[in-house]
Amino acid sequence: MSHSVTIKADGSEKDYWKDLWRNKQLLWILSKRDISVRYKQTFLGMAWSVIRPLMTMLIMVFVFSFVAKLRPDPGVPYPLMVLGGLTIWLFFANTFTQISSSIVLNSNLVSKVYFPRLLMPLSAVAVGFIDFLISLVLFICLCFWYQYSPSWQIIFMPFFIFLTFLTSLGFGLFFSVVNVKFRDIGQLVPFMIQIGFYVCPIAYTSRLVEDAWWYKFYNLNPLVGIIDGFRWCLLGDKVFFNPISLYSTLVISLIALFLSVMYFRKKENTFVDHI
Amino acid sequence: MSVITAENISKKYIIDHKSSKRSNSIRDLVSDTFDSIFKPNKEENSKGKEEFWALRDVNFKIEQGDRVGIVGHNGAGKSTLLKILSRITNPTTGQVKISGRVASLLEVGTGFHPELTGRENIYLNGAILGMNKEEIRRSFDAIVDFAGVEKFLDTPVKRYSSGMYVRLGFAIAAHLEPEILIIDEVLAVGDAEFQKKCLGKMRDVSESGRTILFVSHNLVAVQALCNKAFFFEKGTLVDQGDTTHIVTTYLSKISQKNLERQWNSIDEAPGNDQVRIKSFKLIPEYQDNLMHIDVRTPMQLQFEFWNMEEESNLNLSMHLYSYTGECIFNVGTTSQTFSKGLVTGSCEIPGHFLNDGSYVVSMMIVKDTSTVVYNMEEALSFDVEDYREGVTWYGKWPGFIRPQLNFSISQTEPVVND
Repeated sequence: MSHSVTIKADGSEKDYWKDLWRNKQLLWILSKRDISVRYKQTFLGMAWSVIRPLMTMLIMVFVFSFVAKLRPDPGVPYPLMVLGGLTIWLFFANTFTQISSSIVLNSNLVSKVYFPRLLMPLSAVAVGFIDFLISLVLFICLCFWYQYSPSWQIIFMPFFIFLTFLTSLGFGLFFSVVNVKFRDIGQLVPFMIQIGFYVCPIAYTSRLVEDAWWYKFYNLNPLVGIIDGFRWCLLGDKVFFNPISLYSTLVISLIALFLSVMYFRKKENTFVDHI
Repeated sequence: MSVITAENISKKYIIDHKSSKRSNSIRDLVSDTFDSIFKPNKEENSKGKEEFWALRDVNFKIEQGDRVGIVGHNGAGKSTLLKILSRITNPTTGQVKISGRVASLLEVGTGFHPELTGRENIYLNGAILGMNKEEIRRSFDAIVDFAGVEKFLDTPVKRYSSGMYVRLGFAIAAHLEPEILIIDEVLAVGDAEFQKKCLGKMRDVSESGRTILFVSHNLVAVQALCNKAFFFEKGTLVDQGDTTHIVTTYLSKISQKNLERQWNSIDEAPGNDQVRIKSFKLIPEYQDNLMHIDVRTPMQLQFEFWNMEEESNLNLSMHLYSYTGECIFNVGTTSQTFSKGLVTGSCEIPGHFLNDGSYVVSMMIVKDTSTVVYNMEEALSFDVEDYREGVTWYGKWPGFIRPQLNFSISQTEPVVND
């Protein structure tokens, strides 16, 4: 028979990935669920997806440009630089947060029905991705406003989006597993995001820290490569982008992803015992 | 062909008795680790933990088309078994081979999202239970019809009554088309009419040659639906075989009865200066060679006490209470004058009188028809099990009593067609 399985003590069976593929419809439906319940019983609904990045950008422009007098890369309007970085950062931050709480939020499913558990973190990406697309549209509108035309580098954008997805998965998966047993993660993640916001080159350009003695360590942050690279796609060669930071992102994110998936697979069958 | 083969499956849980020692947040973990490093008091650390085997070396085979009822006390390992078979948790040792698509229904409406409409939830829940979009679309109308929620399809399910919610959940599950269906105690919910629908649907499923595993405390339903049964006790499969046989064994074990109390000497016996209780017994007249009381079983109550006062005008008054404490009836004997010595009273409770349930009996000795000399509270307790013949409805029979009365119907005036 086609649906033969052997349930054993040590972890899941071999054709886990086939099983995951078979359940792609469920992935789609879970994603749709997350998106459609997102703004239920809110007055402004989807508008929130526009308001939040817009307000964040306006506040940042005010604080960092007018008050703190941070300078953008030469030839690039500061609001464009901020929104460019903010767009991809929020994508990372949202998906990372969603992924790390995905198992706990779906605990009612975990304890009552079987499906490859990886579907939960994967479906958690959907909401962040929709928000991302909306703020990307916002960015394009702002480009028109500043009459700033994008350059050929924009063709690399899908690559950077995918890389961001892999990075958030690489780190999020690990936290989603730990969160099952230690709910401290729920407290820790927002805090990490808050720190990340200042550590990453969002409100400022990496050019400002290029000469610091710790710059080589700065590039160990996988988000630096992503944010600078994404900005480079949108705004062209005028923005600062050090390819070294991208290499370090690739190495760190892929290693993190590999380890996280291993860890997730090892633990997923015991989720129900801790939830 | 066997569709499920379980070999030596066991499931171990670690129970932590010391809740303060549970490292459920990182802070606790850190402080525990510190404690264990700096206070070499190993004993204390290992003390609070206990292994608990929810299942132990369970072996069985289930053939295609079998309808297996799983019975046992709470905590006997039934739910753990279903969780393993539905792949929600792994066994600690052993393995299970399953061939065929499994749908498990451990809860009605798993994954319903309160904010989503009935329509959206049908798709969501269907997908969670393993149906693809095409299958859901095909049975969509049947689901809606079965649940009777046409009018509320576009209402968020958080506005549903609990009955509607359950109906919709079961309707979706009922339209699954798996080769193996695992069901846990779903009949505990829903109203009588709906339960009837559910059981009818389950019978259809079983008649179509699919394999069913069914956990329920409703033994009448188990007997009606299943051709085989497993009896679990303390995590082991103690008996398996024909349903009637297993259910009988199970019932004779679980009946929580306290059918007999007696005291041999006056000094030990409960009572006071006026009366001392010698014995109180309930003697059932078991039917069909069964060893448990069911709704058909007549019972005799026998009560003996020592009267220690001359010329005492006494009568007995007996109360029968339901398990929840409502008094179902109170009967009394006539009053009589007794001299010192042993007095015996007896009362018959006919068969086909009490409904199924748990009951408690109290016996009161009354003097001069007004003064309570001694009240022996909750002296005996017994369970009455359900038994039905010629019905296709298995919901809880309502009421405290279930008497057989002269109640009949007949056609008095047939319509003549010309």
